[in-house]
Amino acid sequence: MSDLTALKTKYAEQIDSADSLQALDDVRVAALGKKGEVSLQMRTLGQMSPEEKKVMGPALNGLKNELADLVEARKSVLEADALNAALASETLDMSLPVDASVGSLHPVMQVMEEMAVIFADMGFAVAEGPDIEDDFHNFTALNFPPGHPARDMHDTFFLKPDADGNKMVLRTHTSPVQIRTMMSQKPPIRIIVPGRTYRCDSDQTHTPMFHQVEGLVIDKTTHMGHLKGCLMDFVSAFFETDVETRFRPHHFPFTEPSAEMDVRYERVGDEIRIGQGDNWMEILGCGMVHPNVLVNCGLDPDEYQGFAFGMGVDRLAMLKYGMPDLRDMFAADGRWLSHYGFSPLLQANLATGLS
Amino acid sequence: MKFTLSWLKEHLDTDANIDEVVEAMTLAGLEVEEVENPAEKLAAFSIAKVKSAEKHPDADKLKVCQVETKDGMKQIVCGAPNARAGMTVAYAPLGAYIPGLDFSLDKKPRKIRGIESSGMMCSSKELEMGDDHDGIMDLDNALELGTPIADALDLSDPVIDFEVTPNRPDWLGVDNIARDLAATGLGDWITKTPAPVKGSFPCPINIEIDAPDACPVFAGRVIHGVKNGPSPEWLQTRLKAIGLRPISVLVDITNLISYDRARPLHFYDLSKLTGTVRARLGKGETFEALDDKEYKCSEEMCVIADDARVLGLGGVMGGTYSGCQKDTTDILIECAYFDPMRTRRTGRDTGIQSDAKYRFERGVDTGFVKGGIELATQMVLDLCGGEASDIIIAGEIPADPAPIEFDPALTERLTGLYMTDNEMMRILDTLGFSVSVTKSGWTVTVPSHRRDCTQGADLVEEIARIYGLHNMEAKSLPPVPGRREPLATALQNKQRAARRALANQGLFEAITWSFCSADHAKLFDGGSDDLLLDNPISSDLDCMRPSALIHLLLASQRSADKGYPGAALFEAGPTYQTPETDGQSPSIAGIRRIETQRHWQGNSQPDAFSAKADALAALAAMGAKVDTLQVGRPTGSYWHPGRSARLQMGPKNILADFGEIHPGVLKQLGIEGRVCAFEVWPDAVPAGRKKATKAKGALVISDLMPVHRDFAFIVSDDTPADKLIKAVKGADKVLISDVSLFDVYQGKGVEDGHKSLAIDVTLSPKLETLTDKDIEAVSAKIIAQAKKAGGELRG
Repeated sequence: MSDLTALKTKYAEQIDSADSLQALDDVRVAALGKKGEVSLQMRTLGQMSPEEKKVMGPALNGLKNELADLVEARKSVLEADALNAALASETLDMSLPVDASVGSLHPVMQVMEEMAVIFADMGFAVAEGPDIEDDFHNFTALNFPPGHPARDMHDTFFLKPDADGNKMVLRTHTSPVQIRTMMSQKPPIRIIVPGRTYRCDSDQTHTPMFHQVEGLVIDKTTHMGHLKGCLMDFVSAFFETDVETRFRPHHFPFTEPSAEMDVRYERVGDEIRIGQGDNWMEILGCGMVHPNVLVNCGLDPDEYQGFAFGMGVDRLAMLKYGMPDLRDMFAADGRWLSHYGFSPLLQANLATGLS
Repeated sequence: MKFTLSWLKEHLDTDANIDEVVEAMTLAGLEVEEVENPAEKLAAFSIAKVKSAEKHPDADKLKVCQVETKDGMKQIVCGAPNARAGMTVAYAPLGAYIPGLDFSLDKKPRKIRGIESSGMMCSSKELEMGDDHDGIMDLDNALELGTPIADALDLSDPVIDFEVTPNRPDWLGVDNIARDLAATGLGDWITKTPAPVKGSFPCPINIEIDAPDACPVFAGRVIHGVKNGPSPEWLQTRLKAIGLRPISVLVDITNLISYDRARPLHFYDLSKLTGTVRARLGKGETFEALDDKEYKCSEEMCVIADDARVLGLGGVMGGTYSGCQKDTTDILIECAYFDPMRTRRTGRDTGIQSDAKYRFERGVDTGFVKGGIELATQMVLDLCGGEASDIIIAGEIPADPAPIEFDPALTERLTGLYMTDNEMMRILDTLGFSVSVTKSGWTVTVPSHRRDCTQGADLVEEIARIYGLHNMEAKSLPPVPGRREPLATALQNKQRAARRALANQGLFEAITWSFCSADHAKLFDGGSDDLLLDNPISSDLDCMRPSALIHLLLASQRSADKGYPGAALFEAGPTYQTPETDGQSPSIAGIRRIETQRHWQGNSQPDAFSAKADALAALAAMGAKVDTLQVGRPTGSYWHPGRSARLQMGPKNILADFGEIHPGVLKQLGIEGRVCAFEVWPDAVPAGRKKATKAKGALVISDLMPVHRDFAFIVSDDTPADKLIKAVKGADKVLISDVSLFDVYQGKGVEDGHKSLAIDVTLSPKLETLTDKDIEAVSAKIIAQAKKAGGELRG
């Protein structure tokens, strides 16, 4: 038995002092390999008496297991040391830049999506129509009689006359889509119409192309009080603050009564703050759909009624997001787009916010 | 339309101040654009007295004045030749803004040729009160020291400028503004009906109407023995306040009545008339108008002529020949009505802008033909003396507007506003309407100056407007009952997703003009005559664009010129193929300038395949099955012939084009370097198949290991890799789950004009593990299929 103790001591020392995986394996082979010292001892068990066997068997097995565990333990230590040594040379400068370029979405498109979200909550669908319109849809059906001075208020772009001398127009407002909608679907109607519109005008506050959102509600009961409520609800939702509004009478050929809506604002430095303040700013035109327009679309004004409104998207975008100059909107300058643009991961909605 | 507060108060008895008037106007629909208060502009200036004026020791033309001012004695160096001791002057203190010179005085005294000067004495031009700049204003000595200039010169009358909407030509007269304000409760309307002036002799001129459509009525009257000359000061002041230049009392009277009553008139010098005066259509004659220009009178224009010549364009502008002069003693007054449409056309064809045209084209009150001539007569007699003839009226005054059958319940129906009958009647009555109650409702008589009112809704507007829209109760729109379908269309949702995918690809969304130059449009296969603008804003925006790429390319070059060469832009917007309603297509276009992007891990630059990746990202976001798309020749001629393609589903349904833009096109656009680009057509992407439920179907996955096998095939240079890959995929549609190309090789070992395509084929067994035999069998099929596509297994 003392032999076994000596054996254990000898190999335990060797295992402990093995300084590489190879050296450790050499020790393991010397002790536990097929021809290892412990293995050879175990072969002698067959020649032992049963009594001897009874003692030496468990003792040898115990020694074998003990040494195997020591080898494993040492192996873990050596492996960890080896990995640490290897990792010591595996270094990177983690401050090196990586490429993560993401673009952005245009603020006017963002604002049109915000409007769609707010109005969708009130049951409005988004309708669209062509930019090149005929005189009927852009003017006549909207109660602008031919030759009427009200047409002068729209600086209309015309296409070259066709063979019959008719000139198509670039729509001066999104209102022709009101006509297209009323002529193609039965009330009740709730739509908004975002889109490009055109007027032959260019200065600091006008571009020859701009964006409007039109709204139309037609049913049998909607009145001007609803128009006020709808637009007041909208404007506070849009500016994400309580906005004080004022409705004033105005004139549009296609609505009667007609109104404009003003919002309170104040100027703080270069910034315009919508909501409160001493000043009023006009932001949209609206009114009850003119009976002549209903008749032009085949609807009986004694049965149907409703309201319409129209507002300039670009200007509302500028007011909300603080862009100083309208003309930059359409210049496609990367620096401007990057600064005023919106993340593509952002989806305006009422659950998580508009922006 | 401009008027002054004091002018308004001649028609409106009110104590309201300017702010209250502006507020009432605004809330009644008279949109005030500007209030100019001369008192504010001149607040800094006050009356001062010159105590002494000595010659400047070092300048012959300058004087050194000691001036008593509200700020005490001041020494002021002055260059005015008329400066003298004892003079009463307009004094500007240091720091004052001088409106006529558009600059502010220094805040500290300044030395002029060595003599200190503190402030300034002003000329009328410097205060924007006249043209006189020869000397400083020499004011009445009775004016007290320190009196504000606005008070001293009676300039404290605010001028209001407001927008006259096309439906309300009557607002072009101050009396009707007063009438609306009276209805809102601001005061009492006190305009007097002009008293008839009895003629003392028959009208010596014959007046006839040959064109009753153009000029239905012409009231005329002669006044003998008038004395023309400058107007009295009150009249001049009134006209000057609203920006009109006083000319002579006769002319000034017509201008005053034009603004006071929206009633244009014309006075002829009787001595210049020959025979009958008639309203007729032009015959191609020419005449010289009061603007000193010659006009040709077409057969479309209404002229007033006598037997010798055309005297004027009716309702637009009179002629110089028969106009009133300083020495005119006998006049013919014209108070007529001209057809709005014809007046408008004449104005447009001649380019003449006049107060008369502006009023007649919008509609002048037919009920004030007699009133207008009587008012004019009385003013002429009062201011110029003379003796009036009888009035003759040629033609007929147009009929009054038709009464409106009105159901008073319409007010509540359209506005939600409940008002009593009495309240509604009161409003209509003060606006000049009159209501008679019948069994079936109300019959409302419309005043002749309110032809804009033709039906019930118009009356509702009047009632609501005067009641005040701001007073109406607001109600949220009631929700639509029942379940809601999604409100956005499939196309809108596709575009929304594609735009986000492209921004995630690193592109910046832009919005650019829908029009471009016709030359540029032609480069992009557009520019046809039917898409040219008749009145473009400029020649580089004269044609509807065939492609959204044009402005993106131009913008990218502008950025490059400013030192930012790596533009990566896209736009989702329309393109135009024809002027028809269906001739417009939505497109999503994008560009990347091919600039080397230096990076420590290795430089890179966008290329035609970046554009392909962008196009596929957009298409995938829109739900297109991108792995089934075919690659074909590009659609437009503006693509690089060898480095571009299109993505299609069959030969007719083109989903996208991509690649490099043709360098020749870039050169003509002035673009330096190369650009890769794409155009995607969202409405070509097929809608997903609509299913009964939203359930996605069961997932079937196998536990068996997939097996990979690599092959290399030699194909001819011009064989698209796509062709080989598709062929291999088709070799066993059950077993082959993926084929990916991992190498394209040309060079040593591969014959010239050929290339080697190395692919990794994934075999995914479904039921049992593949045996070597199975694998050999499918390999054989793959090789056979590849051969059909022109591929030889590389040995």
